[in-house]
Amino acid sequence: MEFRHKDLLGIADLEPEEIRLILDTAASFKEISVRPIKKVPTLRGKMMMTVFYEPSTRTRTSFEIAAKRLSADTQSLTVAASSVTKGETLADTAHNLEAMKPDVLVIRHPASGAPHFLAQRLKCGVINAGDGLHEHPTQALLDLLTVQEAKGRLDGLKIAIIGDIAHSRVARSNIYGFTKMGSQVTVAGPATLLPPYLETLGATVTTSLLEAVTGADVIIMLRLQLERMGQGFISTLREYRDYFGLAPRHLHLAKDDVIIMHPGPLNRGVEISPEVADGPNSLILEQVTNGVAVRMAVLYFLIGGEKG
Amino acid sequence: MSLLIKGGLVVDPSRHLEEPLDLLVDKGKIVAVEPPGQIPENGRRIISAPGLVVAPGLVDMHVHLREPGEEYKETIATGTRAAVQGGFTAVAAMPNTLPVNDTAAVTRLMLDQARDAGNARVYPVGAVSVGSKGQGLSEYGDLKAAGAVALTDDGLPVSSSMLMRRAMEYARTFDLPIISHCEDLELRADGVMNEGRISLQLGLKGIPAAAEEVMVYRDLTLARLTGARLHIAHVSTGGSVAIIRLAKAMGLPVTAESAPHYFSLTEAAVLGYDTNAKVNPPLRTDMDVASIKEALRDGTLDAIASDHAPHSSLEKEVEFTAAAFGLIGLETSLGLTLKLVHAGELSLLQAIDRLSTGPAQVLGVAGGTLAVGAAADITLIDLNREWTVDASTFASKSRNCPFQGWTLKGKAVMTIVGGKVVWEE
Repeated sequence: MEFRHKDLLGIADLEPEEIRLILDTAASFKEISVRPIKKVPTLRGKMMMTVFYEPSTRTRTSFEIAAKRLSADTQSLTVAASSVTKGETLADTAHNLEAMKPDVLVIRHPASGAPHFLAQRLKCGVINAGDGLHEHPTQALLDLLTVQEAKGRLDGLKIAIIGDIAHSRVARSNIYGFTKMGSQVTVAGPATLLPPYLETLGATVTTSLLEAVTGADVIIMLRLQLERMGQGFISTLREYRDYFGLAPRHLHLAKDDVIIMHPGPLNRGVEISPEVADGPNSLILEQVTNGVAVRMAVLYFLIGGEKG
Repeated sequence: MSLLIKGGLVVDPSRHLEEPLDLLVDKGKIVAVEPPGQIPENGRRIISAPGLVVAPGLVDMHVHLREPGEEYKETIATGTRAAVQGGFTAVAAMPNTLPVNDTAAVTRLMLDQARDAGNARVYPVGAVSVGSKGQGLSEYGDLKAAGAVALTDDGLPVSSSMLMRRAMEYARTFDLPIISHCEDLELRADGVMNEGRISLQLGLKGIPAAAEEVMVYRDLTLARLTGARLHIAHVSTGGSVAIIRLAKAMGLPVTAESAPHYFSLTEAAVLGYDTNAKVNPPLRTDMDVASIKEALRDGTLDAIASDHAPHSSLEKEVEFTAAAFGLIGLETSLGLTLKLVHAGELSLLQAIDRLSTGPAQVLGVAGGTLAVGAAADITLIDLNREWTVDASTFASKSRNCPFQGWTLKGKAVMTIVGGKVVWEE
């Protein structure tokens, strides 16, 4: 099995065997992070550039750590403070960045499809670190790795994804990822936050949190953007918490060994109670650790290894 | 100089005519239509038309010529050049220029530029409201006197129901039709493509069919209230078709158009984030396409209009969400319509009607007929000519064409306006 892509734009583009390959490689890279000297020379002389058009701390930091563990050079560009305010187009920014000869560009952008726009125009690899409402493939990969480690498998599981599905690129990537690996995904939220046609992605759709968590092996809670209230998608945070927030009383409906995940950052007390977030079933911090590992694997396949 | 068009198949929907006839043109008018060989050749320019369709000049009742104000996208000269290359002898120019065509002065400027260009006829459409801002009515009497043939705020809906009521009443005063861009802006919100399976997959915000349909319904009820002539622009959904069909059955004075992209493409054209497939209203589903075709057949839709909307790379070579809505159509409209004829989905007579006679009647302008005495606006069409769409060869200044590389069968080979050959292959 070989990984033949120039870019990583979405989970929708990957075959199950490719996902498996990335996860296996990521699992083997995890060991590097616990060595006394947390660095291998695999990507020495390679350059990763991160271009973030939206604020992010953990994803960007995670990519930078991943690159450094593999000895790649990193450069980050904070776009809000530079060219965008001068009216430069995305295409011009991209061509200017490429002229500095990075090997891979990691982009986060509020417009769905912006990474595709760049990938079509640039010779270097492009990694989508989150585009609009579309995909966040490395988040799905780290979620898959976390579940694989906890459950020993990725098929035949019931995965519940709960919250603001409409505005979540994490939800889309995870629906693709878990479905491709043979698990069954149920999404739940108020109908205002469930876009029509979700079932065409292979998910089961319900407006009941209780139904979604019943018998679940994995529960993934999504962050509720607080501005959704002003936009009329929900009534009040109080009601949202009562109907769509995960609390200890829900866990007995799920499998005994259910695991709880959240892509962060948490709204403690809104979509997830502190007791659940910090409880024994929570793997939220393990997700962060695995984020570095899967990003190492993705960088390795795009700019290192066999393709080198 | 007089022209004798010999040996062609005359297709004239205004008289339900589809037969081999010769046509004599003199002093800008059609002066004789006779069985083949009956009109003597003596000293006339002979246009040999065996194997060609001789149709009344095609009329595109919905184009954006961008002049004045956005001449980098299109000018009246280039837009009308694109028109005649596409077989159109007349176009109706939408008022969303800079400044908006809400006064007689702008209307006159458009007509002056069109006359100087000497390509297709231009019928300016005036704005419903001052600056198309949806507040006060513009001067319909003056606009009509200067040459405007209809009123619209196209590009934007008339969001206020009360203003639309007043606009319909005031338009009736001057016997002008209102062309309605039906869109509920709140329902559209920041949608950029059809709300459905593909928008979900691409993570793009959707525009539901209901955003169009609620306004179609509103305007039909207002037309019933006011007795105004109402024309629904760029119908894109099966739901709109159903409501319009019902309104026509009830006898309301309503007409409607759709565009070739609504019967040639679906929302799937957006896959890959192709900004040339970003258009408003958005490309819809297979079921909507089927409804549009059915409505073209049964006459619920009176006209095929391109909604030719030129944009430069500045508006289109950007992220999908940031790209402008709109695509160019003057040079592909006929070929895409003839695709329906070759597929047996529309008769030749129906196709020419929706491209010529239908829109001329909606606007109440000359054209759409080859009757003796009519202006000699004529399009010669080779139904069997295969050609490949290549926007780089278009007369339009813009290249935002989602049909690039398509092979089409059927093409205009000569366009005659007022008895003058303005374009020939």
